[in-house]
Amino acid sequence: MTCLPAHTDKKLGLVIDLDTCVGCQACVTACKEWNTGGHMAPLTDIDPYGGDADGVWFNRVHSYEHITEMGGRTVNFPRSCLHCDTPACVTVCPTGASYKRASDGIVLVDEDKCIGCKLCSWACPYGAREFDTDVGVMKKCTLCVDRIYNDNLAEEDRVPACVAACPTSARHFGDLGDPASAVSQLVAERGGVDLMPELGYHPTNKYLPPRAHTTRAASVPAPALEPVRAEGGFLGWVDRMLSH
Amino acid sequence: MHPAFSVVFFTTATGAGYGLLALLGVLAGQGFVPPDFWLGLVGMGLALGLISAGLLSSAGHLGRPERAWRAFSQWRSSWLSREGVASVATFVPAGLFAIGWVVLGRTNGWVAVAGLLAAVGAFVTVCTTGMIYASLKPIAQWHSRFTLPGYLIFSAMSGSVLLNALLQGFAIGSTIALAGCVLLTVLGWGWKLATWRYNDGLEIPTNANTATGLAGGTVRSLEWPHTEENYLLKEMGFRIARKHKARLRRIAQALAFVFPALLLLAAFALPWPYAAVLSALAAIVQFVGMLVERWLFFAEAKHTVTLYYGR
Repeated sequence: MTCLPAHTDKKLGLVIDLDTCVGCQACVTACKEWNTGGHMAPLTDIDPYGGDADGVWFNRVHSYEHITEMGGRTVNFPRSCLHCDTPACVTVCPTGASYKRASDGIVLVDEDKCIGCKLCSWACPYGAREFDTDVGVMKKCTLCVDRIYNDNLAEEDRVPACVAACPTSARHFGDLGDPASAVSQLVAERGGVDLMPELGYHPTNKYLPPRAHTTRAASVPAPALEPVRAEGGFLGWVDRMLSH
Repeated sequence: MHPAFSVVFFTTATGAGYGLLALLGVLAGQGFVPPDFWLGLVGMGLALGLISAGLLSSAGHLGRPERAWRAFSQWRSSWLSREGVASVATFVPAGLFAIGWVVLGRTNGWVAVAGLLAAVGAFVTVCTTGMIYASLKPIAQWHSRFTLPGYLIFSAMSGSVLLNALLQGFAIGSTIALAGCVLLTVLGWGWKLATWRYNDGLEIPTNANTATGLAGGTVRSLEWPHTEENYLLKEMGFRIARKHKARLRRIAQALAFVFPALLLLAAFALPWPYAAVLSALAAIVQFVGMLVERWLFFAEAKHTVTLYYGR
């Protein structure tokens, strides 16, 4: 049923720290590697070694230049499904293939019911859903539903593949519906934000903005070279001779 | 948004088909159109043919068309599902109406009731089609108060121009029918101009700042996550129309509204069969014009995901 659950017991999701993300793409490849054999498998690649490569990815890392009066900086920005509280991608689905789980809030696609009408991808403002032209169905992030409850994995590995792979701990996984959880406290402490809050999708995933610029750190750029002034004496004579 | 031809043709053809069906259902059932066998066969054949061709075309847009029957299940939440249910349900009274008219040769009594129900079904189906687009928040040009009335007006307009061509073709045209479709064509033109004016002045609160959560200043895309165009850019990052916007808008206006209106005005002054030829020409030109208009409706629509790509 594509009507949304009135309440979910948990709100499992990710907290992504834009301050520490270095844009290494490790989460992207770890996601692809796990999920191309996982719940939504395969993550088809079309012409992967040709000049027109295309394919399904659940996680994409953009790089932006954010310029404010405090200065400019590069921000690496991982983009994936935000497992929204009111996901229009679910309610627009005509077949019941898209659904939001009442137990943990994860938004999933039942590939056997999907007719590939693509309307859910139009309804998602974040571009989280990608169509698999080879299989003819829509695919999306599963929050690694086949890892986080997987008894065959060691307990510390029961996190989404992107979280496990992140070398800078920029990705955190947990229950954002529980104010006492580590992720909720992290969001409260760092002022985590929703993406496009004005659209009213109430995303579960939160983004931690980069920390404020500080004046304590050393100024990164080297001081500008001073212009060479004309000098007198022997060095001045050498300078004049070499300048000819 | 990428204007897939299957969807452009679907909305144009079913819009005209449902408009014609509704008009025939009301007017023939109430005795304004005679229960002539050939008129019924051609008229209902054209209406149901356009609707069926459009629906089949939309099925061609699906990745897994063999599962299309599943789309009737989620009518509680999904406008697309409601459209599927409404379109199939409308075939029942429309089919009965066609049988009554063409096979039994009557459009009164229960056949008139079937005609009215078919008109209601056509109206509801066009509303559901409009709401599919009007309900999509990420596309500001569609998520507006202009979208649903637009679908209804264009459906009534193209349906009435088709009906007039039919009546003229059977030499039973009237100045009322001609005046009606000229007025609807002018109304359609006005509505399209108002829609474009509204869209051009849109101040969309969603921008690269809110999309990335980076407050203040400017956010400029430095590097994409991929080197080639992916599904998102192919489906939602369509840009050709924005390049040729002004010219395409002129073409759409000329073909969908101005030429048909002029042809129909000329038909006022000319006797049969010239009026019939001009009326048929107006319907054909308008159909082509509506295809351009609908193509632009998609191509000009900007999805919020393009913000992530700096487009």
